[in-house]
Amino acid sequence: MEYFRRTNSFFAAAFVLLLAVGLMAPNWFSYLTTISLAKALVVIGLVILLRAGLVSFGQGLYYCLGGYSVGIAGHYLQWTDGFLVLLIAMVVSGIVAAILGLLLCRYREIFFAMLTMAFSMILYGILVKSVGLGSTDGFNIHSVSFFGWEPGTDKLGLIVYFLACLAALIVAVLMHRYFHSPVGFAGEAIRENEIRVEYLGVSPNRIIFSKYILAAVLAGAGGGLTALASGHVDPEMAYWTTSGEFVFVALLSGTAHVAAVFIAAFLFEIIRTYAFDLAPYNWQMILGATLLLIIFFLPKGLWSIFTIRRAGGGVK
Amino acid sequence: MDTLLVILVDGIVYSSWLFLVAAGLTLVYGVMKILNMAHGSMYAIGAYSAASFVGWYFSADYVPWASYFFFIGCALAGGVIAGLLVERGVLRLMYGSDEVVMILVTYGVLLILEDVTKLIWGVDAYFAYQPYGLLGRTKVMGITFANYDLYLIGVSVTVGALMWYGLNRTRNGKMLRAVIHDREISMAMGINVTRTFIITFVLGSALGALAGGLTAPALSVVPGIGIEIIILAFAVVVIGGLGSVEGAAVGAILVGISRAIAVHTFPEIELFVIYGVMALVLSVRPRGLFVTATARKI
Amino acid sequence: MSVILKTKNLSKSFGAVTAAANINVEIHEREIVGVIGANGAGKTTFINMVTGYLKPSAGEIDFRNRNILGLSPRHITKIGISRSFQVPQLFSELTALENIVIAHRLMKANRLEVQAPLKTQSAVDAARGSLAEFGIADYAEAQVTALPQGTRKLLDIAMAMAGSPDLLLLDEPTSGVAMEEKFPLMDTVMEAVKRSRAACLFVEHDMEIVARYTDRVLAFYDGHIIADAPTEEALSNKEVREYVIGTELHREKEGKEERTYVESP
Repeated sequence: MEYFRRTNSFFAAAFVLLLAVGLMAPNWFSYLTTISLAKALVVIGLVILLRAGLVSFGQGLYYCLGGYSVGIAGHYLQWTDGFLVLLIAMVVSGIVAAILGLLLCRYREIFFAMLTMAFSMILYGILVKSVGLGSTDGFNIHSVSFFGWEPGTDKLGLIVYFLACLAALIVAVLMHRYFHSPVGFAGEAIRENEIRVEYLGVSPNRIIFSKYILAAVLAGAGGGLTALASGHVDPEMAYWTTSGEFVFVALLSGTAHVAAVFIAAFLFEIIRTYAFDLAPYNWQMILGATLLLIIFFLPKGLWSIFTIRRAGGGVK
Repeated sequence: MDTLLVILVDGIVYSSWLFLVAAGLTLVYGVMKILNMAHGSMYAIGAYSAASFVGWYFSADYVPWASYFFFIGCALAGGVIAGLLVERGVLRLMYGSDEVVMILVTYGVLLILEDVTKLIWGVDAYFAYQPYGLLGRTKVMGITFANYDLYLIGVSVTVGALMWYGLNRTRNGKMLRAVIHDREISMAMGINVTRTFIITFVLGSALGALAGGLTAPALSVVPGIGIEIIILAFAVVVIGGLGSVEGAAVGAILVGISRAIAVHTFPEIELFVIYGVMALVLSVRPRGLFVTATARKI
Repeated sequence: MSVILKTKNLSKSFGAVTAAANINVEIHEREIVGVIGANGAGKTTFINMVTGYLKPSAGEIDFRNRNILGLSPRHITKIGISRSFQVPQLFSELTALENIVIAHRLMKANRLEVQAPLKTQSAVDAARGSLAEFGIADYAEAQVTALPQGTRKLLDIAMAMAGSPDLLLLDEPTSGVAMEEKFPLMDTVMEAVKRSRAACLFVEHDMEIVARYTDRVLAFYDGHIIADAPTEEALSNKEVREYVIGTELHREKEGKEERTYVESP
């Protein structure tokens, strides 16, 4: 369709570029890119919620569920097909979100933030105590196959990288359309004025419920991809710091464009990798300070640097 | 019968602790409409301050009994300093932002404070068991319990009583309640909001630190002890209703007793009980027991 | 003409305060009704009850012979009752055009689409048409926060009319609008209302406006309706003159039109 042509061509070009880079780049680079693409999926879910005015401090819940779904399917059930396990990860996340969403969709602001955080910490607590699932150490995922073909360990990284690129492309195209759709705008409308939305004949709670599930499914996919790429899952995926990093990336990218999320996630992953090595005890402090600076100086995220203020736009 | 008594005692001890942990959070929210994510860090700072003081004090061979006042004082001092720095250094710049932005701001503060505590106290565990051991144990009706737990109950009740008295019977407290009730009107009436905010935040931080300091002798103080506190405190506070001190007390008792029952009957579900009570209350009263959800005036 | 809205003994009390007592009202198709009364007389409470925002303590509400008591605002909106607000309820960070496009799309869809764009050419054209109808087309691209008060009021009403309601309830359409803009604003609104063939009930403090635009007047005093009659008759009613118009005149003389300027959070 005409409406999305420019952005779609941009996504397609980026996809081709990523594939080409993957074939040439060293392993550590494609691994890092895979992880940042996977995390970007989670953050896009968070951005969907942010656009509706909601901050979830608990997307780690679904990131972790997705990862463990892939792990349990492969490790305990011997279902190894990459596509199948990713689908399972998304379905499991979606189902859990549909249950928790019944309570959560009635809440906004700090309640929503804290309750989502509490739920993710419950999963963390359960996993830490589950000896069968490796407690705090988690467990490894050994074999992954694609339609019966099992790539060797030397090739697996690249295959998962391609898979991540494909997932990213699909999500980027669909979510860009979603942002511009009536439901997408309904989110912004809810953020701005729920009473008006209600008086336009639409239930804010139902819209939020659907967005929460969508965000969870995306997070599940991201967690599943991360599990496939790293070959390992542990409870840390549900820990508050993981969820907090997603929030951080979402604020960094802002909510203006899907593409910004991928850029922010990639930047974050690179900085994290180095900063973590250089200053393991100062990493959170750097994050926190940057967060405050973003909120203070760039409340609409990095993307706001690139966009010119709309004509007639008032001062906020 | 014995089990029942044990459950009751455990429940009351845990409730007292929960109340201490949650009181500062709800006070700060009530007055400032800020859900302070860094409350857990205040707890950690209090615990570290107390633990390092206890370590020094007992190695120096002073009168052991005096330590009970000093280590609490140390925890409080840690909380006051940290609270003052956070309020003047960061929060002050952000007043007027909406609640979601403030939660992100305090989240940033939490991240910073987590590392600051690591920089100051390192990552090794601190032990401050002396005050706990020193009080010994008592055997009543066939059950033994640590006297330190009685001390904890005592402090918690004292804090609760002081808060109640302060808020209901003193001039400043009445002003605080006015701000809790209607911030805009209070401002219009000439209540000095800047001062109120500083005092409230410092008080809230000090309460968090006090809870940490009192807990320090009962466990090993390690990095990351603060974070579970904030979620737990939120669960307790939200049961009663955010911003309500009475609510925090009721929430603490509900959660404390429920947890004790779980621990002594089905220990596996301990974690669920805490949040289960919260979910149950919220599904009936969406804003907690002491707060009624009101429709916005249009 | 047939009755579309009928309330029977509608009452609302908040604790010990009675905000509305035994309100019996009938609104006919395409009728223009003015509602007058001092602040706190129960006018907004009445609108809030009819649109489902407040649950009445007692009484019944029928819309087109259907009991609508207990329905949610969104349900009531869907079956043809819309309202505007004393303080315009808009999407502040979006443009005027986006506000209208969203209103059109949300009102008309039974299921909201998740992949098709919101701003299709036809939707945007329709929205521009609607802005033009209300004389605010020049502000299409402006963010709501930058709009003058009168324009906000018009936008709020335009959004209420997006779903082509059968009954339109306007809560003080001219409050907060400069004196000299009131008549042009009401001209615009009333033309749009007449064209849409909706019945309209509006709350108004200015008796000249009430006299010019309405067929019938409901006068509220202390939660009760003290007069329900054709405009001229109602405005010359002794009780109305004493309890409603008298206080309005008094208020105008003192020159302090009270407005509740509570900006939505």
